[in-house]
Amino acid sequence: MAAVSREQIYEWLADVPDPEIPVLSILDLGIVRDVSVDVSVDGGVTVSLSPTYSGCPATEVIESSVLAALEKKGIESIAIKRVLSPPWTTDWISDEGREKLRDYGIAPPVQANRSVACPQCESLHTERISEFGSTPCKAAWRCRDCLEPFDYFKCL
Amino acid sequence: MSRNEAVIAYVLRLADNALILAQRMIELVTAKPELEEELANANFALDFIGQARMLYSYAAELEGAGRSEDDFAFMRDGNEFRNLLLIEQPNGHFGDSIVRQYLFEAFYVHQLDALTQCKDQRIAEIAARAIKEVRYHLRHISHWLIRLGDGTDESHQRVQASLDELWRFTGEMFVSDEVDVAIRDNLAGPDLEAIAVLWKRDVEDVIAEATLQLPEDQWMARGGKQGQHSEHFGFLIAEMQFLQRSYAGASW
Repeated sequence: MAAVSREQIYEWLADVPDPEIPVLSILDLGIVRDVSVDVSVDGGVTVSLSPTYSGCPATEVIESSVLAALEKKGIESIAIKRVLSPPWTTDWISDEGREKLRDYGIAPPVQANRSVACPQCESLHTERISEFGSTPCKAAWRCRDCLEPFDYFKCL
Repeated sequence: MSRNEAVIAYVLRLADNALILAQRMIELVTAKPELEEELANANFALDFIGQARMLYSYAAELEGAGRSEDDFAFMRDGNEFRNLLLIEQPNGHFGDSIVRQYLFEAFYVHQLDALTQCKDQRIAEIAARAIKEVRYHLRHISHWLIRLGDGTDESHQRVQASLDELWRFTGEMFVSDEVDVAIRDNLAGPDLEAIAVLWKRDVEDVIAEATLQLPEDQWMARGGKQGQHSEHFGFLIAEMQFLQRSYAGASW
């Protein structure tokens, strides 16, 4: 088949969800570091991905989802490259990703000295219940105005 | 020892520290005194397993003998492991496991910080990834040490006893052997004497805030880095390796 463009690959990757927070795509999460298409050989595609946390159990699921998504589009030769440097941080989450997190009920990461806004009522009058939450990347918080508990995506 | 052999040996030491500490922490899953601590413990153990996997995979690549990360974890005998003696000490009570974790991670954070400048690019990248996790652990563990030390008479006395008991395993972290020297001289690796100074400064600060007493200078146990382990270690790896030893190659 004719080689596809990088832009096309990126478009397809926008449909690959993060398995733990499926409202985010892997592009929103900022873990797709590069896509290259080797036109000279066989139209082979290389996708470079960064792990979020060292032990993130989603890493392998994400890799197989990328393989499956591209295979479905007819790409025959796909390589996944793990890129460690520069390390992923929550700064890599896109603005669109932050918006999606908020809509989903998860407060997006903020710098340490800022208040965490409640994703339900936007109040800054919130408190931390537990530094550790349902997944390694989240902490448990509570809004002191609307009283709803919520997940906060930790700033890393 | 060739340059490549020294790098493999060093990477395996880092990996073994991460894996064996994770194994000790996994023994505590469902046994922590409160829910937040339960989550913290499992999350931290997961970080260490992730670090161990990256390091074992790298060692396997460097070795080029067809071994996998699982072979390193499950198919080596006790005397082939190179983790520090401190890491393998039994969990004991809650205070014991906090002190063990604190004394190690206070060292590990400086070791990783130095390794981010290592001339071996892969080691530097793994260190840059891991240090973010270890800083987070250290903040949490330091709080616990301070809370227990500056808590009730009972918690103070018990955590002081933990500190006194585990102190003799800290000296080994700072004793260089040929592997440490090779990494330092050839790859701009950590200078253990310099790290000892930073570690002591940090530990003294936290111990003072916890109103605890720094243990006196004493005889220090060593041997873990050379594969001579304490008697607890055999039981630990027997449990850790049971499945792969009995059902070799079993996978999910």
